[in-house]
Amino acid sequence: MLDKVGIAKRIAKEIKDGYYVNLGIGIPTLVANYIPEHMNVVLQSENGLLGMGPFPFEGEEDADLINAGKQTITTLPGSSFFDSAMSFGMIRSRKVDLTILGAMEVADNGDIANWKIPGKMVKGMGGAMDLVASAKNIIVAMQHVNKAGESKLLPKCDLPLTGVRCVKKIVTELAVLDVTPQGFRLLERAPGISVEQIKNATLGRLIIEGEIPEMSID
Amino acid sequence: MNKTVANADEAIKDIQDNVTIMLGGFGLCGIPENCISALVKKGVKGLTCISNNAGVDDFGIGLMLKTRQVKKMISSYVGENAEFERQLLSGELEVELIPQGTLATRCLAAGYGMPAIFTPAGVGTEVAIGKETRKFMVEGVEKEFLMEMAFDADFAIVKAWKGDPHGNLIFRETARNFNPMMAMAGKITIAEVEELVPAGALDPDQIHTPGIYIHRIFQGSNYEKRIEQRTVRKL
Repeated sequence: MLDKVGIAKRIAKEIKDGYYVNLGIGIPTLVANYIPEHMNVVLQSENGLLGMGPFPFEGEEDADLINAGKQTITTLPGSSFFDSAMSFGMIRSRKVDLTILGAMEVADNGDIANWKIPGKMVKGMGGAMDLVASAKNIIVAMQHVNKAGESKLLPKCDLPLTGVRCVKKIVTELAVLDVTPQGFRLLERAPGISVEQIKNATLGRLIIEGEIPEMSID
Repeated sequence: MNKTVANADEAIKDIQDNVTIMLGGFGLCGIPENCISALVKKGVKGLTCISNNAGVDDFGIGLMLKTRQVKKMISSYVGENAEFERQLLSGELEVELIPQGTLATRCLAAGYGMPAIFTPAGVGTEVAIGKETRKFMVEGVEKEFLMEMAFDADFAIVKAWKGDPHGNLIFRETARNFNPMMAMAGKITIAEVEELVPAGALDPDQIHTPGIYIHRIFQGSNYEKRIEQRTVRKL
């Protein structure tokens, strides 16, 4: 089974040289730490920055320089700032190659729910609806089951949707799966996890073809 | 042109109860701190506030929520404010949550004189309920879009780094965020700046918002510029 770092490391392998990438809050943020040094990858932060650098050293925090999670960050050589309309303009016009975000539920047709639990949590969608509606490629980083042990990979989302038919790939603590017109297709197992365990944790349609390899994350 | 006013109190003096106000900023970054304090002091009520976030309990728009001055919030994310959540769940506060890009672009549309935009954000979700949709071809595929209307705000209040008496503005780093498009979108736009410089001191090539959009400008004071999530790396 993967921990959060393991999920982030596995997702980092999906990033290609030359990509512009938007990372959501939570596990997706960790992905930045595992992008190979030799790759030219530019991170977009939807509050208005291309070329997001690491956290600042203590004493060098700048209140005017934050990421979409409101964390203090730094710039890199080649960074640029812009306003919020342009930020979503580059997202909507599909200049951003890859979006990585978290989810509460994903359906086997690619629907995603990650912004609202009626009557309980009222935080808002932020930029998530814009990102999922427009991104060329969306990878979801999430736990396979919730705290109650119920599957988060479903035939249909129960929670209010963030976007429809948009998720392309999911990386969980148990598996890597593609979303296809026929449902979730199992690509890889996490170290020490059996196909049976993944089946038991997946409520949506699950396609298992041939030997499913164990993933390598280092 | 000289649009300079003395301070925040003078800049907001004609803001009355029940008006719609846009407030720039993302989280606590780039918010008009001086004008928010002045609005709290003035005590205007029944406000509709258009702002990406609602501040935190004791800073930003959170200060105006505490004093019950806000009737309705139009925002994309309001997650950091317990008082906000309490007022929302108890029905004291009306809230319209809209996608962040839609929020930004509805401001932009107002500033560009366009009545509406079409966006794919929210298609197939509860955001789309009651809205007109239209299909367009995108990269050879038919795709559905929502029609979203330009905002109509009585006032816009923005925060910039530098400005001049003409109202020309320069923003700094990610404190730019919603400020330029809100500046364009208000019927009356108030800009507070960290540094007000004489006309001619700003390079015309570097100006982010031209002064035509700004009606009043003043140099703010005592900026706290609070950091919401202080994250650092080890040496």
